[in-house]
Amino acid sequence: MSNQANRLGTGGRIDRSKPLRFTFDGKSYYGYQGDTLASALLANGVVLVGRSFKYHRPRGILSAGAEEPNALIQLGTGNRTEPNLRATQIELYDGLVAESQNRWPSLANDMGAVNSLFHRLFPSGFYYKTFMWPKSFWMKYELIIRRMAGLGKSPTEPDPDRYDKLYAHCDALVVGSGPAGLAAALAAGRAGARVILVDEQQEFGGSLLHDRQAVIDGKPAADWVASAVAELAAMPEVTLLPRTVAFAYYDHNAVSCMERVTDHLAPNSPDFAKQPRQRLWRIRAKDIILATGAIERPLVYLDNDRPGCMLASAAQTFVNRYGAMPGKRAVVMTNNDSAYRAALDLADAGVAVPAIVDLREDPQGELVAAAKQRGIDVLAGHAVTRVSGKLAVSGVEVMRLSPDAKAVNGPARSISCDLVMSSSGWQPTVHLFSQSRGKLRWEPGILAFVPDKQLPGQNSHSVGAAAGIFNTDACLADGHAAGAMAANAAGCTGSSGDAPTASSEPAAGDLRAVWYVPSSAPVGRQGKHFIDYQNDVTAADVMLAHREGYRSVEHLKRYTTMGMATDQGKTSNVNALALMAELRGVSVPEVGTTTFRPPYTPVTIGAFSGIDKGDFLDPIRKTPLHSWHEQHGAPFETVGQWHRAWYYPKPGESMHDAVNREVKAVRTSVGIVDASTLGKIDIQGPDAAWFLNMVYTNAWSKLEPGKCRYGLMLGEDGMVMDDGVTSRISENHFHMTTTTGGAARVMAWLEDWLQCEWLDKKVYLTSVTEQWAVIGVSGPLASKLMAEVAPELPLDDATFPHLSFRDGVVAGVNSRIYRITFTGEATYEINVAPSYAMHVWRALMQAGEKYGITPYGTEAMHVLRAEKGFIIVGQETDGTTTPQDLGMDWIVSKQKPDFLGKRSLQRSDTGRPDRKHLVGLLTDNPNEVLPEGAQIVAELKDKPPMEMIGHVTSSYWSPNCGRSIAMALVKNGRNRHGETVYMPYDGKVVRAKIGAPKFLD
Amino acid sequence: MLVIPCPYCGPRDEHEFSYAREGHIARPTNAEQISDADWAQDLFMRKNPKGVHYERWMHAKGCRRYFNVARDTVTHEIYAVYEMGQPAPDVKKESGR
Amino acid sequence: MVETYQRRTALAHLGLVGRAAAGKGGAGVVMSEAGHRTIINIRGNAQDPAFAAAVKSATGVDLPAKANTVAGTGARQILWLGPNEWWVTGADGEADALVEALRGAFTGQHATACDVSESRAVLSLKGPKTREVLARGVSLDLHPKVFGIGQCAQTGLSRCNVLLHQVGEGPHFEIYVLKSFSDYLWRWLEQIAGDFDLGIEA
Ligand SMILES: [Zn+2]
Repeated sequence: MSNQANRLGTGGRIDRSKPLRFTFDGKSYYGYQGDTLASALLANGVVLVGRSFKYHRPRGILSAGAEEPNALIQLGTGNRTEPNLRATQIELYDGLVAESQNRWPSLANDMGAVNSLFHRLFPSGFYYKTFMWPKSFWMKYELIIRRMAGLGKSPTEPDPDRYDKLYAHCDALVVGSGPAGLAAALAAGRAGARVILVDEQQEFGGSLLHDRQAVIDGKPAADWVASAVAELAAMPEVTLLPRTVAFAYYDHNAVSCMERVTDHLAPNSPDFAKQPRQRLWRIRAKDIILATGAIERPLVYLDNDRPGCMLASAAQTFVNRYGAMPGKRAVVMTNNDSAYRAALDLADAGVAVPAIVDLREDPQGELVAAAKQRGIDVLAGHAVTRVSGKLAVSGVEVMRLSPDAKAVNGPARSISCDLVMSSSGWQPTVHLFSQSRGKLRWEPGILAFVPDKQLPGQNSHSVGAAAGIFNTDACLADGHAAGAMAANAAGCTGSSGDAPTASSEPAAGDLRAVWYVPSSAPVGRQGKHFIDYQNDVTAADVMLAHREGYRSVEHLKRYTTMGMATDQGKTSNVNALALMAELRGVSVPEVGTTTFRPPYTPVTIGAFSGIDKGDFLDPIRKTPLHSWHEQHGAPFETVGQWHRAWYYPKPGESMHDAVNREVKAVRTSVGIVDASTLGKIDIQGPDAAWFLNMVYTNAWSKLEPGKCRYGLMLGEDGMVMDDGVTSRISENHFHMTTTTGGAARVMAWLEDWLQCEWLDKKVYLTSVTEQWAVIGVSGPLASKLMAEVAPELPLDDATFPHLSFRDGVVAGVNSRIYRITFTGEATYEINVAPSYAMHVWRALMQAGEKYGITPYGTEAMHVLRAEKGFIIVGQETDGTTTPQDLGMDWIVSKQKPDFLGKRSLQRSDTGRPDRKHLVGLLTDNPNEVLPEGAQIVAELKDKPPMEMIGHVTSSYWSPNCGRSIAMALVKNGRNRHGETVYMPYDGKVVRAKIGAPKFLD
Repeated sequence: MLVIPCPYCGPRDEHEFSYAREGHIARPTNAEQISDADWAQDLFMRKNPKGVHYERWMHAKGCRRYFNVARDTVTHEIYAVYEMGQPAPDVKKESGR
Repeated sequence: MVETYQRRTALAHLGLVGRAAAGKGGAGVVMSEAGHRTIINIRGNAQDPAFAAAVKSATGVDLPAKANTVAGTGARQILWLGPNEWWVTGADGEADALVEALRGAFTGQHATACDVSESRAVLSLKGPKTREVLARGVSLDLHPKVFGIGQCAQTGLSRCNVLLHQVGEGPHFEIYVLKSFSDYLWRWLEQIAGDFDLGIEA
């Protein structure tokens, strides 16, 4: 397309035969396949792309990669819109819709920029100083601040895309595919290692993709990259993951990566819907080769944030890789040699480069000579002191730098330009290494932190530029050695071959540390020296923090918010640290380093959840009878992960109606309940009875085989933990039941004691919760029904009494029938194999029809047990409740020498008279059903505070009592029977009388 | 995400395990004789060292066995895993730390 | 006893038979529910030769020598669960006899047998993409160099506890899971497998 004014005619890795249309702030543009949004905007001459966070300063594109702090974009529309994406990482696709952020009404004319006029009101620590007083106002301030500070907009609709996540394992995870990473992957892969190579970009090659000079193994860099990638792709044990960012390095060599599977495709393209949008890789690697490269630092000069101010290497990347000119006339400011290469590449591409402003007094070397030879004015010992232009750079002012670099002097020279390229040297990308909790070391030769000591248990090797090595040939050798070593350590015996070699490069000259480029105006006046672009932190802010006594980098960070934006200070941390060091007169490492934390770049929540949302958020455990309950219209109650039938409404019935009908049926005819979820533990061994004596409060030795007993289980703190009925199958064989919710906890608890404390005791436990489905048949007609379905079973109370069990055949199925009750009515708990449960249930329903058999759910079960005053552990108890509190002294053995919790029951606190006791509550108004959890007061006052003496634990409408009933834990409640208490809630006060926790005999 | 070497199943991801409690705390055999204060001490007070910690883990998604782990609470280095009933190894001495 | 047709597997409600009929060939992964089988949980001291001999005499199979492995062939196998715990499998209907035989053989020892046949559903996954599907939910390394035929492991799959057993080439895995979780796990696996050309067998 012809209207891309700043697009070069040739060169770059874009496909000029594939034009792509996109819009930015509603205006249409064209770019090419292979562009990023940033390169396409620049090719169209668009340099103003956003407004800054705090001051709403106009901002352009600073970088060409993940470090971008300025060009944050709202991408997409409707439910696919996503805020704060870096334009430098957004791959262009046809129909892409992008919007700038943090501006109103428009990017060029933004009302919020008024903040800039009041910048004196927004110094470091502004929030702390201003809004913390008065304290109660913070909430109000926060709302307003958040509205003003917000960058992009969140979508309001659910995410329509799907996500994938998986685990992966390898011998060597190689992060980054520049020269060092590719060489490492090749060396490891050739030796036969399992390799995963990830790179955040769409193409492998890293810096080689914009390197026009390097010749590797006799090939131009780009050709070598292509052949290396082809060789890797042919290796069966090598996984290549482009568009994949390694964002987190956790303990024990675990790295999480996010693959952008379809983000580069238009949502309406056919390939988009075929795959998940993004994929989270959770990789455990024996060795992690960090070939993450380095990030160039900008110089800190006056108004260094004007659109058109750019990292030198970024401008080079846009020209070489994307064929996009970020400007027509560039001034370069640098403290090192690498920017000369960038300047020369731009000049080669036809960009005018009137001057290189070098902060060094006397730069020498091949590149400097080459620049001079090209007619570029090399202004040694000079500095850019001013940038003109507001919405775009229009020129710079250059002055002589004093020998100590603290001031500028002499006449100012104006140079017109639309691009200012700066370089303050390179900081190795140590984020992942730092996340692994490795220590960094300051390397004065390159003025940068490099990886140093690693935590034991982590095994990474930083190679190439990530380790401070900037020579391509050395990077190749370094990567190769690390790859070979990783393969060797993993036991691979193949040959890694020779390391690739690169053509020689000009030796790099020394850097000059100038962390603050002075201007003729005092700091903070007539403009700003930005350090952290994304959070709008300036050199003046760092100086203020220093004056106010902040020393540590962690304090500096939190006080100024430096490095705390989503870019985590990729371009700003070292500049801020070094400036602080200079102010304090100490070395950089004495100020410290900042600790990088995951994620390296932001990750969508969708990728973390994968498919585990909605129905898959958490497992739903279903009983063998689940589909019957479903077919009969039962809503389900969630108990732990179980879904239990709650009640079975008939057509037109409310929940209240259904529960009343079910409760009455159990008291008058017969009900049937699915109790399969009860926890069940098989206990075998010669010490089984001893074991039960230890874990329950009551005595078990004399329980006869064939008999059952209720037991209460305490923690060592004496508090009730679980309850259930346990049966003796034979001398050394018991069958324990637990509550539904407590099953797993009890099993772990019992195993803990057996495995950790009582190692000499001979007891084995097996969870048999799901070996048995449990169907409860309860009510005055239950035995009649049983007689029909289990004709051979003796049903008279003498031969088959309450609290015993029998093996027998029910509806033709071998079963074990327990006579235990939770309703207070005669009950048969039929235990059958789950595969036959449906058959038995249906047979019971059919045979019971003439008796009016009524399926009942958990709600009716709760009402039934409450009418009889049976507790539910976890409802009447809360972890601070003893058996005595529940009035269950009768179940605590006085004879047994020991059981878990015994000693704690003798603590003075456990005997306190004002402990909360379980009581019954009858409201004065019988129709008032108290809310569970309602607080109880003895002395009613006009308004709070009132002394709360307890709370309601269970509360129901009891159709059999014809009134509401409730249980409660009340201080000294056992001695308060007959007293009236009050429950103020919902703007009213309900009166009730305390009594015994039993409502029906 | 730690890798914990289960003494029985081999190295597994941390999510397969549940932390049990501090190791090597024997249940008092003379509980009836000791004071409330001492009992509370035994029952509730636990070490929280910076450095080596001897603790119990349970391989909840695997063999369901409890075992001891000597773990560095700072670096998460696992110095040793050993079966219940075995004495705590002096890992500082053994690893030369 | 009632007719066996009255019996239901854990996933009977999913109508897999009908879905299998509509299936296609060349699937990346084929899912099915294995039928009823006998599973007896046994506990004992592996170091005690008397225990090992008792197991052998009652089952005809030696205890697996190594952790995370399976001994035996066909229906009768012994799967390692832990240092003192194994599963003895058998054909459907063998449970009572097998428990009796084991308890008989264990007389005089501290060793136990407990029928858990009915507590588990067994899902079968096979085909070239099986490892890809499992990698979505299993943190273990299932690379053939690391985990092969005859190996088993108790681990987490999705949010369920499972026993994973590679039973054959293909690769072919069996997944033992508590029946209450089987509906969730099947649906979860099916959703994942949808990206890998899912086939269903009855
Ligand atoms: Zn284990």
